[in-house]
Amino acid sequence: MAKVEAEQTGVSEQRLRDFLREMLLIRRFEEKVEERFRAGELPGFLHVAIGQEAVAVGVCAALEEDDVIASTHRAHGHTLARGTSPNALMAELYGKLEGCSRGYGGSMHLYDVERGNLGANAVVGGGLPAITGAALAFKFRKEPRVALAFFGDGATNIGTFHESLNLAQLWQVPAVFCLENNWWAESTPNKQHSPITDFTQRAVAFGMHSLKVDGQDVEAVHRTASEAIDHARRGDGPVLLVADTYRLVGHYIGDPQVYRPKGEQQELRKTEDPITKLREKLGVSDEDWEQLDAEITQEVEESVEFAKNGTDPQPEDALKNVYA
Amino acid sequence: MREDSDVFLMGEDIAEMGGSMGVTQGLLDEFGPERVRNTPISEAGIVGAGIGAAMQGMRPVVEIMYEDFLTLSAEQIVNQAAKHRYMSGGQLKVPLTIRTQGGAGWSPGAQHAQQLEAWFVHIPGLKVVFPSTPTDVRGLLWTAIHDDNPVLVFEHRLLYPVKEEVPDELEPIPFGQARTVREGEDVTVIATGPMVHRSVEAAVEAEKNGVSVEIVDPRSLQPLDEEALVASVKKTNRCVVTHEAVTRMGFGAEVASVIQYQAFDWLDAPIERVGAKFAPLAFAPVMEQFIVPNSEDVLAAIYRTVGRDGN
Repeated sequence: MAKVEAEQTGVSEQRLRDFLREMLLIRRFEEKVEERFRAGELPGFLHVAIGQEAVAVGVCAALEEDDVIASTHRAHGHTLARGTSPNALMAELYGKLEGCSRGYGGSMHLYDVERGNLGANAVVGGGLPAITGAALAFKFRKEPRVALAFFGDGATNIGTFHESLNLAQLWQVPAVFCLENNWWAESTPNKQHSPITDFTQRAVAFGMHSLKVDGQDVEAVHRTASEAIDHARRGDGPVLLVADTYRLVGHYIGDPQVYRPKGEQQELRKTEDPITKLREKLGVSDEDWEQLDAEITQEVEESVEFAKNGTDPQPEDALKNVYA
Repeated sequence: MREDSDVFLMGEDIAEMGGSMGVTQGLLDEFGPERVRNTPISEAGIVGAGIGAAMQGMRPVVEIMYEDFLTLSAEQIVNQAAKHRYMSGGQLKVPLTIRTQGGAGWSPGAQHAQQLEAWFVHIPGLKVVFPSTPTDVRGLLWTAIHDDNPVLVFEHRLLYPVKEEVPDELEPIPFGQARTVREGEDVTVIATGPMVHRSVEAAVEAEKNGVSVEIVDPRSLQPLDEEALVASVKKTNRCVVTHEAVTRMGFGAEVASVIQYQAFDWLDAPIERVGAKFAPLAFAPVMEQFIVPNSEDVLAAIYRTVGRDGN
């Protein structure tokens, strides 16, 4: 077994093993979601983040309990990594009252306010301004908290991205803007939607500090995210954190991906799977791996059972929660 | 703001300049630049920042300089502010106030004079108020800031010079409570914003011809005091609905629907609607005035309901 030097990386081997477990939980959870969706059990439509687990896990592990996040339409990983239980998440996807949004949100609107999750957002870029505002509130109240937005490369072309980063830098609020660059805006590749490939250049226009990291290396993600979050928490201003990553699936479940070069995804799965990379780094034996996988698979199965046995809302519950 | 340090203002030109209409004059001196916050021209960004601060329990008041610019922040208002509470299954609240102003009558042209209140009444999760007097603006704004939901406060450019004595003590006005501006017997005019004042002029004229006009100002459009509006029409048996916004699909269409459904058997005449003609607001005063409803238009509608031509 390869020894990971704690003093060298700042991340202990035990912590990395925890990361492996979390990443595998997200992977197996999302695979199960795909399966149940194809079986016709889940309403709506769903976006999974297979391939991007290291970003969710590495970043969320760098946050403190009182920090807040906003997420995107591809939110299952962020939500689990922020501490929502697989049961509560699966129940939400089944539209049950036990769900993390009580059945009012669904896959694209996952909330868990108790755990600092201010919601996934189905409008690209829609959650960024509120992260600037939450960070402004922290600054007003002199609370040592950080607000962090997840978003994709597609969101860098919408006005709210520019307005939010500009305001955050202008006001020096403790916000981190975590750009998960998976190279695709739905079906539109980076080269068709952005004149640049190094997204840290976006920060230059605002005079904002930026950091870039290999999003397939959870250890590096965690280290770099910690640096970004510490920077914001110290009062040194917001940070644009760019994690280059890969979406090893289509935009949505069932996406035939006619736009993607044949074989690209298969090739990337061999070379850029963050879970495989971490497993190799830790030198996890086949035996240990199988045991871990079996435990997680069981946990995910149980979440499906929990969700199926959950409480259906009454139709008239639809009229609740419109106003406070 | 004196009572609650969680209340703060954001908007374009609201600090040193005191707002493009002077509404926030003097607040910078009293509360400082942190709480009276000049912003870049970023309507989506500042409304969204207000949402985020509100979700953390603050009570931001965001000024959108002209209601035409609500279009730039509509995504944040409609998809975010109005829905966070709902989509979270009740976990969040968004105590955000958005003040804005607009209206024709001084030739600002097609992009600075629209009346868009009806758009936002259509969105579940938002509250909308449209005060027409200093007392009402004070009492409703207080209620808006203390409400735990996103509230849009529509002000009208031409109403800023209106002066009246206001009580020394601020009296909060609950939402969903209409005000009877003037009592009458023959016809009810339901009016908002500047049309309240224009309707009073019309009512004075009508009185000279022996037509007694009651005027009711809903003040809050969502929630709406249906009971008060219906009660007035049941008393007078006739109804005119008027606002400065375009008539087609305007707020008055909803009011007319409420009245016809709840007071159908009491109505002695078709409900009249008086609003702007179906055109953008023109620049040249003669064209602008042709588009916007005035007191003569209200008077003519009053006479139609009582079967008179006014002569």
